[in-house]
Amino acid sequence: MANIKEKNTITKPVDNTTLEETTQGEKKTEIIREPIFKTNNFNLWYGDNHALQDINLTFNKNEISAIIGPSGCGKSTFVKSLNRMVELVPVVRTEGEILYRDQDIFEKKFTVEELRTKVGMVFQKPNPFPKSIYDNVAYGPRVHGIRKKKVLDEVVEKSLCDAAIWDEVKDRLHENALGLSGGQQQRICIARALATEPDVILMDEPTSALDPISTTKVEDLMQQLKKDYSIVVVTHNMQQAARVSDTTAFFYQGYVVEHDETKVIFENPRDQRTEDYVSGRFG
Amino acid sequence: MQLIDKNLIAKKRSGRLTFNQIMKWLFFLCTMIGLVVLITLIVDTLSDAIGYLNLDFLTSFSSSRVEDAGFYGAIIGSIWLMVVTVPVAIFVSVATALYLEEYAPKNRVTDFIKVNISNLAGVPSVVFGLLGLAMFVRAMAMGNSVLAAGLTLALMILPVIVVSSQESIRSVPSTVREASIGMGATKWQTVSRIILPAAIPGIITGIILAVSRAIGETAPLVVIGVPTTLLVTPDSVLDSFQAMPMQIYAWIKMPQEEFQYIAASGIIVLLVILLLMNSLAIFIRNKFSTRY
Repeated sequence: MANIKEKNTITKPVDNTTLEETTQGEKKTEIIREPIFKTNNFNLWYGDNHALQDINLTFNKNEISAIIGPSGCGKSTFVKSLNRMVELVPVVRTEGEILYRDQDIFEKKFTVEELRTKVGMVFQKPNPFPKSIYDNVAYGPRVHGIRKKKVLDEVVEKSLCDAAIWDEVKDRLHENALGLSGGQQQRICIARALATEPDVILMDEPTSALDPISTTKVEDLMQQLKKDYSIVVVTHNMQQAARVSDTTAFFYQGYVVEHDETKVIFENPRDQRTEDYVSGRFG
Repeated sequence: MQLIDKNLIAKKRSGRLTFNQIMKWLFFLCTMIGLVVLITLIVDTLSDAIGYLNLDFLTSFSSSRVEDAGFYGAIIGSIWLMVVTVPVAIFVSVATALYLEEYAPKNRVTDFIKVNISNLAGVPSVVFGLLGLAMFVRAMAMGNSVLAAGLTLALMILPVIVVSSQESIRSVPSTVREASIGMGATKWQTVSRIILPAAIPGIITGIILAVSRAIGETAPLVVIGVPTTLLVTPDSVLDSFQAMPMQIYAWIKMPQEEFQYIAASGIIVLLVILLLMNSLAIFIRNKFSTRY
């Protein structure tokens, strides 16, 4: 599969809020962008409904890639395709390739369990298990066979710290996670996704059920996380895409209208429909 | 411009409110019917039983003489019966429910099976008795043993537990299912660690209600040919046995009037056991239930 491997070397204006570590105060830097997900003519049908049409997108490592678009445009379907969660819908049929690190995720030997271990997901509605905070976060590692309490303790603490909620819950790790507020629950869910140490985190409208303060917290958290993870985020909220993402893809009626640097999409889009959408004229 | 006549509204208000009250009391009355019947039944039976219900009754075997007749063999026999019925029924029905809800492809065949399991719940118990007689007692040559009767009762309550377990499994929100699967958990891990624990209160409630029905069931036992006068308790599941409902039925058929009171005592014992089991179900449900 080496022929598909490509490393685009492009020069990009420094965005010092998002690339502190790599830029180290330099004015301009060369960023090696390593594709983590690449789709080749990906199509998806729900029964007869052609929900995704010829999707060709590349998402890069250590970036936040936003997907925006009006309701029903297929953005959630697309992000769920990346970890094959979309297949839980019985009538789904797909065509084309999705390459995760140059490996086709639909290949037989690449099991969904392995894929989903590497590609974690945070859902639209906070969905903690009806278990203690500790057991929620330790669920992933336990499922993958990690039993040692010492390791689990460390993983739980680290994940909760990374999800910026450790200080709020450290004294109540053994209380039920359902007793937390919505914003806290969502950060527990992020911690839970981090605990399996995935490579990519998919977020399907992670803040749509949250209040503005919790939303800000989750957005700040995403900025922190992109140092170690690659994030693909679906969002309804255009300001959010503009604030947090490096690249943005605009989906409309099942296909990608435009995919570019976030700045370009919001300030200088090439397509009229993109411009209409980001300026709030429809959607 | 006024489209609505405010005077008319005022005039109609008292009628609406009266009707509201009438419906409330009607519903209350209907609720009372069940309660009154239950209380009458218990009081009536208890007044018959009171003189005969003592320790001897619980510790001696059945007898054709009124003063010696006891319920011991029947109680022990029913316990043996449940030891066979309960594990078999739970295992098979919960597995069936999990398969239908979690594993089976959503298609017409699955729907057909689901509908038929619900239909099976409505089949009269005597039909299950005939099935047990043909299959276990005769074809598999188990005779009128604990095993044959236990398996028959297990088959009888199976659809009830399957249906209630299905309901309970279905009520686990799909979001937590997705959360588990989305982390790379296998189906079995998701089922065993997330779905079953969340569904267990409903499943147990269904089990206890079904088992309560099984323990009081007479018709299949009559068909299988469970004896009513036996002076030993079974030593293994292949032995013959007595059962509480059969014993009560046998006593009621006796000509002597005193046996009616003995039967009443048996009914009280059976009712107490049923009430204990139902209380257990409620306790378990409240203890394990989770709210989302």
